[in-house]
Amino acid sequence: MNAKNDTVILHARVVRYAHWGWALGVIILIGSGWQIYNQEPLFGFGFPSWLTIGLGSWEGAERVHNDIGLAGALLWHFAAMWLLFISLVVYVIYGFASGHFRQRFTPIWPSQVIADVTDFLRGRLDHRLGTRNAVQKVLYSFAVLSMILMVWSGLVLWKPVQFEEIGVPLGDYEGARYIHFFGMTGIVLFIIVHIALTALVPKVLPPMITGKAPRSAVAPEALEQQS
Amino acid sequence: MTIEKQLRDGGLSKSDVANLQRRVFLKRGLSLSALTLLSGCDITNTGPVDGFLRLISRMNDGAQATLFRSHKLARTFPESMVAKEFRFNAQYGADRIPIINPATWRLELTGAIADKRSWTLEQLQAMPQSSYVARHVCVEGWSMIGKWGGVPLRALLEKVGADTRAKYVMFRCEDPINYSSSIDMASALHPQTILCLTYADRPIEPKFGAPMRLKMTTKLGFKQPKFITSIHVTNDYPGGYWEDLGYNWFGGV
Repeated sequence: MNAKNDTVILHARVVRYAHWGWALGVIILIGSGWQIYNQEPLFGFGFPSWLTIGLGSWEGAERVHNDIGLAGALLWHFAAMWLLFISLVVYVIYGFASGHFRQRFTPIWPSQVIADVTDFLRGRLDHRLGTRNAVQKVLYSFAVLSMILMVWSGLVLWKPVQFEEIGVPLGDYEGARYIHFFGMTGIVLFIIVHIALTALVPKVLPPMITGKAPRSAVAPEALEQQS
Repeated sequence: MTIEKQLRDGGLSKSDVANLQRRVFLKRGLSLSALTLLSGCDITNTGPVDGFLRLISRMNDGAQATLFRSHKLARTFPESMVAKEFRFNAQYGADRIPIINPATWRLELTGAIADKRSWTLEQLQAMPQSSYVARHVCVEGWSMIGKWGGVPLRALLEKVGADTRAKYVMFRCEDPINYSSSIDMASALHPQTILCLTYADRPIEPKFGAPMRLKMTTKLGFKQPKFITSIHVTNDYPGGYWEDLGYNWFGGV
């Protein structure tokens, strides 16, 4: 067995492109979203300008019109929207067509969650590449739920008249503003935990960049799916 | 002050030139050649990133025009929900609100319109009026419910023989910043698009654009200019005050 055979493709090209396209899109959406929020804060605070995207665009707008950067932030927001949309569509089509969803998304059992959380807290939770433990499943479900709320409320905020019907369960335009804010909070929390867990188990990062993982580190059931 | 006026006056600064180049670029952005421009050095004053973002924004105009449904009416509310004190929002302070004499005010009609005679306020008031209680959404994020009444823009455009197959309707305003804006013809013909003369059944106040403003339920607030003095029907992209500064042109809701 030579060295080349010791690596396997863990993440398909489509999955990796969707992941990083999504990551970039979400970061731009959050940064520009905070700038848009600052124009008309829902709560008694604003986001620090240096953390936002869009400020400083249209220098003329700021000088002549006292515009704090809303135009730039909106341009970024509605451009990143497409990046997210395209990544999502590609990923979902691939997920169904290739059987990726069927293989990777398995049921979450409460007993398994409790067992895995206990192991994690004791520092004993083993992570084999290519599988998801119950803690990860709960975390990703939370992220997916937040994303659904974000897309839903985002469509209502973008088109409160044309998409009026889907806005009713969210409390129309004004309700959607709050849902959009809390959905963003959920995604920021997910990103923090996601990056923290990656830092704790760094071996998961290279396969998401190159796609390749050492055969010995990959769980047997994931290897089976490769063949 | 519009760029055209500054050009006439000859008082152009460096940033004005940049602004003008942006506008020229935006017009080119309507054509397919914009993609080749992006890789060239013509847009150094704009920056490739800003140019790219503007191109996406033009694509978003197209996406919004596709989503727009000409017979879809915005939700209306009971009169009890009408805001008593509507929010004043303008690029200038309350001390610079123009006071226009309704007796001498005229509405000029230009462009692809058969009967270009100007209109007086009395003539507009004599037209069939329409009103609704609906939500006003500002690009800044806030929204308020109000009651607006006036002449459906469609009725006026049809009466004066405007070419309703033209692409754009542009509005010019008599205010301290020479405000202007433009909308697509489909939105102009929407039943809830009115030349607004009243708020809560009373003549609109100066701070809300007296004697006449545009009111529509299918676009953001900045697309509904106040203090209108002229309507222009055209096939050439007319832009507008905020639109030229980077705000999305379609601005639909």
